Amino acid sequence: MAEVEETLKRIEAHKGVIGTIVVNAEGIPIRTNLDNSTAVQYAGLLRHLTMLARSTVRDIDPQNDLIVLRIRTKKYEIMVTPENGFLLIVIQNPCE
Amino acid sequence: ATPVEDGGEVEEAGEEDRPDSVASKTDKKEPKLTNQFNFSERASQTLNNPLRERSCQTEPPPRSIFSATANQWEIYDAYVEELQKQEKNKEKQKAIPSKKDNEKSKKKMMLMETQGDDFTKVGKASKIFERMVNQNTFDDIAQDFKYFEDASDEFRDQEGTLLPLWKFQYDKAKRLSVTALCWNNKYQDLFAAGMGSYDFSKQGHGMLVFYSLKNSAFPEYIYPTNSGVLCLHIHEQHSHLIAVGFYDGCVAVYNLKEEGLEPVYKSTAKTGKHTDPVWQVRWQNDDMDNNHNFYSVSSDGRVVSWTLVKNELVFTDIIRLSVNGAVSEGPEGAQQPIIACGTAFDFHKQIDYLFLVGTEEGKIHKCSKTYSSQFLETYNAHSMAVDAVKWNHFHPKVFISCSSDWTVKIWDHTIKDLSSGFTCRMCQKAISGHNTDGTVHVFDLNINKYEAICQQSVVAKKKTKLTHIEFNPIYPIIIVGDDRGYVTSLKLSPNLRKKPKAKKGQELPKGPEVEIAKMEKLLSLLREPEQNAV
Repeated sequence: MAEVEETLKRIEAHKGVIGTIVVNAEGIPIRTNLDNSTAVQYAGLLRHLTMLARSTVRDIDPQNDLIVLRIRTKKYEIMVTPENGFLLIVIQNPCE
Repeated sequence: ATPVEDGGEVEEAGEEDRPDSVASKTDKKEPKLTNQFNFSERASQTLNNPLRERSCQTEPPPRSIFSATANQWEIYDAYVEELQKQEKNKEKQKAIPSKKDNEKSKKKMMLMETQGDDFTKVGKASKIFERMVNQNTFDDIAQDFKYFEDASDEFRDQEGTLLPLWKFQYDKAKRLSVTALCWNNKYQDLFAAGMGSYDFSKQGHGMLVFYSLKNSAFPEYIYPTNSGVLCLHIHEQHSHLIAVGFYDGCVAVYNLKEEGLEPVYKSTAKTGKHTDPVWQVRWQNDDMDNNHNFYSVSSDGRVVSWTLVKNELVFTDIIRLSVNGAVSEGPEGAQQPIIACGTAFDFHKQIDYLFLVGTEEGKIHKCSKTYSSQFLETYNAHSMAVDAVKWNHFHPKVFISCSSDWTVKIWDHTIKDLSSGFTCRMCQKAISGHNTDGTVHVFDLNINKYEAICQQSVVAKKKTKLTHIEFNPIYPIIIVGDDRGYVTSLKLSPNLRKKPKAKKGQELPKGPEVEIAKMEKLLSLLREPEQNAV
């Protein structure tokens, strides 16, 4: 428990990281360092996208599975991963 | 109108209640004739039964809306689950008496599921993310590591450069100096750094830290130790086992696969630990009982073999170093031999029982694991302590030694006197070394024997000293440790890892034979001038 907490803290403290969000199985952000409305928005939107991405990967080969989805945008990079029903989201600006 | 006068010939059908019935009685014997021409219907209406309505209302059956998609993978998952259930059923049939255990485990399962929002489930993902975030931040370094080749090497004749890549540091290890470095054979991006202190007066705790090239911000594994770590070695086949030697003379074995910060085996005063700092440890091939074992050499003059038997560490003294000659553990005579201090050793790559030990007095002894009473050979190598000895990886006869007297010497173990000497530390065909002024020197014997082909300042000159260096077996990078707890990684430029240029049309031979041939050539060149001089 403490190790994961520490790792998340290190990620948040890393250079360029704007925020991290941990979303539980019901779609509610349980741990985040962004404000609540942003977190809820990210959680809701990214959930659908991740499910769709996962469905696509598995449709092509059912033995395969999605590990990470990386969305590189003009301003920053969003990284999402589904794990055990949870969703972990990190937003980083790598060019700082 | 019917003529009644005929009597009983024609009968009127409907007139049953007329007095004709009396007449029909008299005509009993005559058969009744049906009349085709005279027919009349007679109907009567009965009473209708009263209708009554009766109804009953029930609750509607419970309904729920269900929707799902039937993808390729959902079908696959369902089949896999079905398969697992079948396998479980087979197992249950085989193990019926363990029903009680099943019930208990079911209860436990229920408890686990009701723990609720527990984000330890994203543990694996968070680790991957830390690496991704690091990759993004140090993107240019990662690209350099993979792809950068110094183009200016073509203009510089044979010199090369070292390109600094990642810098590894750990907050809690800032005051410690790096005392040992070792790359992992199986996972070539993982290396171990032992932290301790070379300062005799300032001895404190130490640390064993593992870094991966994929995450330079934080170590992968951290093991704090009571005493400073002086040396370590990762087992070549079982790369989760690490042997560590400490300043207080203990040796320990850590298992990376186990949770927990304590070593799995540790030597104590009872189990034969050294009385002086352990300078080097080396894993050996498994012995005949398939137990892992490793050797250690220490300043107390003993070379000890440690065997991992079940839960214990069993030690065997292999050799006792002394100034005059080895002394076996025999009866205690009146003579107390002066014990020499061992500082370094190395085992021959092909001949398993042969090994070299370097001492503080500057001598190198060639020993065999089977003879504990005598050295096979002694070389008067240096005037000061021997810091390291290493057999050549390819050439079976050559070894190299380096010492605090600022010289490095190459030896052929069949010839007792030295073959050549100059300053540095060896690894394969290129040699690298470091000085106390913070520069790394790389030598290539083929090109130039007395001058480095690369001299580069790696750390700030006056503040830090470099203490250790290691080549990566696969990637063209080296790691350098310093006395501040930093480990810097550097990439070798193309000139530094050049293979001989092939002449047009000639096939380029590869492999150990080439290296052996090169070495032979070098040695013969060196010997000739000596013979000529004589």
